[in-house]
Amino acid sequence: MIKITVNGKAVQIEEPMTVQQLLDTVEVPPNYLAVELNADVVPREEYGSHTVHDGDDVEVVTLVGGG
Amino acid sequence: MSNIINLQESSLESSSPESPLIVGRHTLASRLIVGTGRYDTMQQMKDSLDASGADCVTVAVRREKLYERGGQNILDFLDLDRYTLLPNTAGCYTAVDAIRAAKLGREILRTLGNPGADWVKLEVLGDSKTLLPDPAATVEACRELAAEGFSVLCYTSDCPVTARRLKEVGAASVMPAGSPIGSGQGLLNPNNLRIVLEYLKEDDPNYPVIVDAGVGTASDVSEAFELGGDGVLLNTAIAHARDPVRMAAAMKHAAIAGRHAFLAGRIPKRLYGTASSPSEGVISTRPYGSETKE
Repeated sequence: MIKITVNGKAVQIEEPMTVQQLLDTVEVPPNYLAVELNADVVPREEYGSHTVHDGDDVEVVTLVGGG
Repeated sequence: MSNIINLQESSLESSSPESPLIVGRHTLASRLIVGTGRYDTMQQMKDSLDASGADCVTVAVRREKLYERGGQNILDFLDLDRYTLLPNTAGCYTAVDAIRAAKLGREILRTLGNPGADWVKLEVLGDSKTLLPDPAATVEACRELAAEGFSVLCYTSDCPVTARRLKEVGAASVMPAGSPIGSGQGLLNPNNLRIVLEYLKEDDPNYPVIVDAGVGTASDVSEAFELGGDGVLLNTAIAHARDPVRMAAAMKHAAIAGRHAFLAGRIPKRLYGTASSPSEGVISTRPYGSETKE
């Protein structure tokens, strides 16, 4: 098991996986989202080529109402 | 003669209140920019945006609730062909966080194909009670985001010196606050706003200055335009009005009225009255001030 942080919460996963595989584990429509891996934006086209490793920090954000 | 009339008509047309607001690479038909936050329902928001006449609306970047989703996303209620989205960095207290939020917002809008992908409303707060901006961090973040290719619309206080700094580091628009965010106090220091407008436009009359934050009601919007502001950005004054849709319509008309009044040129204020009816031929005698020139 490896430990990562997703949106500020500790999460355990079996083994390193790509951003795409990580997003597949949650029920979130992939459009409307942006992803950061260790504070760098991962472009949508590169979800499959960026791997999440032990200790990594992932942010998954969307748009909400605001001024 | 007809040439003169045509000239007058065309000059009137080019300076009409419906003339577009140009910020960065964007041309907005409406000079009112409205926020999408704090509505009771998504439908109420949608109806209010419609009534406001705005073609640009702001949105915030927040963590997706991955495991406790309500099911609704604001993007399901915004017509992306109609509105240019302006992502903000609201809630950020450091330049680093604001830059991250800006890049995340850009990525979402890029994948959605919305033209708002190239700009950002920069907000770096210094204090959670007043929600006043951190001027030093705002200048730092503005410089970096402008260098990254963003058109940066900078929320700031009504301080003329900070406004000047923000323009110098590349802000596409400086957006001084009328009063603290969501406070509804209107324009607390119109004189500072006058100085901001004078400083930013002195060698650059078309530089866009947008009054952002503090609007409480329609007359505040009119006042911002009467002072010479190019646009107004507001949210809570509509969203928390008793009747948001009606208030949105009021704001739309207030913006048009204020812009017309600015372009028309107000009369100077005088200490004494000046009669609009002729003073000659009056049938009454004057008890005081009878020495008035005839």
